[in-house]
Amino acid sequence: MKKIIALAEHRQGELRDITWEVLSKGRQLAEGMGAEVEVALLGKGVKKLAEALKPKANRVLLVEDDRLEAFNSETYQKVLTQLITERKPSLTLIGHTAMGMDIAPALAVQLKMPLATDCIGVDVAGESFALTRQLYGGKVNAAVSFRKNGPYMITLRSGGFPVVEKEAFPGEIVSIPSPLTDEGLAKRFLQYVEAAVGEVDITQADVLVSVGRGIKEAENIPLVKELADMLGGALSCSRPVVDKKWLPKDRQVGTSGKTVKPKVYVAIGISGAFQHVAGMKGAGTVIAINKDPKAPIFSVANYGIVADLFKFVPVLKEKLKELKKS
Amino acid sequence: MNIIVCVKRVPETADADVVIDKSGKDIERSGLVFDLNEWDNYAIEEAIMLKEKMGGTVTVISMGGEDSNESLRKCMAMGADDAVRLTDPAFVGSDGFATAKALAEAVRKIPHDLVFAGVQAEDDGFGQVGVALAEILGIPHVSLVNSLEVQEKKMKVHRELEGGLEEVVEVDLPAVLTIQTGINQPRYVSIMGIRKVAKKEIKTFGVSDLNLKPEDVGLSGSYIQLEKIFLPPVGEGAQMLEGKPEDIASKVFDILKDKGGLT
Ligand SMILES: Cc1cc2nc3c(=O)[nH]c(=O)nc-3n(C[C@H](O)[C@H](O)[C@H](O)COP(=O)(O)OP(=O)(O)OC[C@H]3O[C@@H](n4cnc5c(N)ncnc54)[C@H](O)[C@@H]3O)c2cc1C
Ligand SMILES: Nc1ncnc2c1ncn2[C@@H]1O[C@H](COP(=O)(O)O)[C@@H](O)[C@H]1O
Repeated sequence: MKKIIALAEHRQGELRDITWEVLSKGRQLAEGMGAEVEVALLGKGVKKLAEALKPKANRVLLVEDDRLEAFNSETYQKVLTQLITERKPSLTLIGHTAMGMDIAPALAVQLKMPLATDCIGVDVAGESFALTRQLYGGKVNAAVSFRKNGPYMITLRSGGFPVVEKEAFPGEIVSIPSPLTDEGLAKRFLQYVEAAVGEVDITQADVLVSVGRGIKEAENIPLVKELADMLGGALSCSRPVVDKKWLPKDRQVGTSGKTVKPKVYVAIGISGAFQHVAGMKGAGTVIAINKDPKAPIFSVANYGIVADLFKFVPVLKEKLKELKKS
Repeated sequence: MNIIVCVKRVPETADADVVIDKSGKDIERSGLVFDLNEWDNYAIEEAIMLKEKMGGTVTVISMGGEDSNESLRKCMAMGADDAVRLTDPAFVGSDGFATAKALAEAVRKIPHDLVFAGVQAEDDGFGQVGVALAEILGIPHVSLVNSLEVQEKKMKVHRELEGGLEEVVEVDLPAVLTIQTGINQPRYVSIMGIRKVAKKEIKTFGVSDLNLKPEDVGLSGSYIQLEKIFLPPVGEGAQMLEGKPEDIASKVFDILKDKGGLT
């Protein structure tokens, strides 16, 4: 029977959300193809995670080895190359995450497998798949197809696919012997470094005024900081603002920053790249201010204002002062 | 320490009005400003800083048309020693894999201890080329690097994971690293600086100069192909507030009051 293999992602003892997303999509595709869905779980002492995965797939392929304690693309690649070569899935699904970006492109080259990365849409198209990707930071979508015959590998955008609850599989856990040996590695995992704790915890704020590259210069930050203060909220930002050292890292919202859930999120001069949106889509109400009417942020915002922030924010502040008094 | 940096010239689209062209497969390029891919700007800066500290050379490689010389020159103005442009009609239509194949053959011709690429390109956003390149070259890679330290024949690097977490990894050289934004503060290049390198040679390699057949690259050497592009469906989209700025500001006040945004 045809198979899809989805790769489970876990870190520091916990399965990551992307795993459920990839499995849910894998199951849907498997149904469309008349295939089975299997989930590959690599790790050390991860039986508990295997149990959690069992209802979500026809089979959990469990590879346990002390050398798989922390993710390392080199060991993962050795294990997955063997697993995929033996089990011959029609499709391998991996998340487009820090882990997936480190493993999929190399694994696909080694297996000579056509790879499509960071897909936001995947549909069965005969023996192949019809894919949707995004270009130019999400301003344009692209319909993409594979040029070669399968088996295929696809990486899925994290947060791009819903987790659909379906009837549990009876499931089974199949232990697969690890092919790893004590042979030296060219890449060695040493340790994790946790994010430094900052002075402000933006994850606790009810109101966030968030600023992006549209603010242009560090000197302009007070313009939005004052707005945040007026609203009794905190100031947060997109990644480039941190990269340029205009604000500290603990203010960054997004996949590589923080996930926030304020009642109100005011996005100012932020385009709405998916890595940013992933961190703020749980906000109650999103108000976006951007001079570009086609900015992707407007498709996730509840309210949109097309304006030059340097003109509009001062007006907004004046108005708020006036109305707060009355 | 000899370092090769792969760089791409891309259109700046965040601020621009993006229009789909007649072919339906590309955006209207006239009127757009092009620049060095943001991630590559950090990668070239990191390479030059290493060179300044340890000696050696920095070579930049770009696959692209003649316009790409502009980005290569910017890198030379920043401090790169040599520049190579991969150009051939056969490269047209290359996906991430085909691009990596071409880059790999060029990298093989140039002595190197280290190869840098950006984490992703602003245009295609494959997030694929650097890691695929390493595998084709048969050397290790570390992706999403946000700090690094060279040691004897190996290096210690930090990889950025989700949620602010990082992992520290040791990797033997030569290796490919994909560089994340924020790793440094890229230096500013003046027009004068670019003028100074205007006459510097940029070598070009075509398919026949590289150990490749035309069918290895371009569309025929690619695994994926673009069918058409379209504007993303807006879904429910935002309710747009229109009118005079003062009136919009009043509406914002009402929304804030209603939704708990005034504390
Ligand atoms: C692995 C990885 C992880 C990442 N993690 C994160 C993350 O955690 N968080 C994050 O934010 N990004 C992250 N990014 C980066 C992300 O891809 C985008 O590059 C980034 O979010 C863009 O930030 P921005 O919207 O501020 O800037 P841009 O995309 O440059 O957008 C600027 C916006 O400002 C608008 N603007 C300009 N001038 C004005 C004006 N005068 N008035 C009003 N509007 C104006 C423009 O129209 C534009 O929409 C990550 C990327 C990668 C590859
Ligand atoms: N045409 C190209 N020429 C040189 N380097 C490239 C090219 N395309 C991609 N790269 C490199 O690969 C990185 C990641 O690109 P991508 O995988 O397309 O998102 C870029 O930051 C560059 O370093």
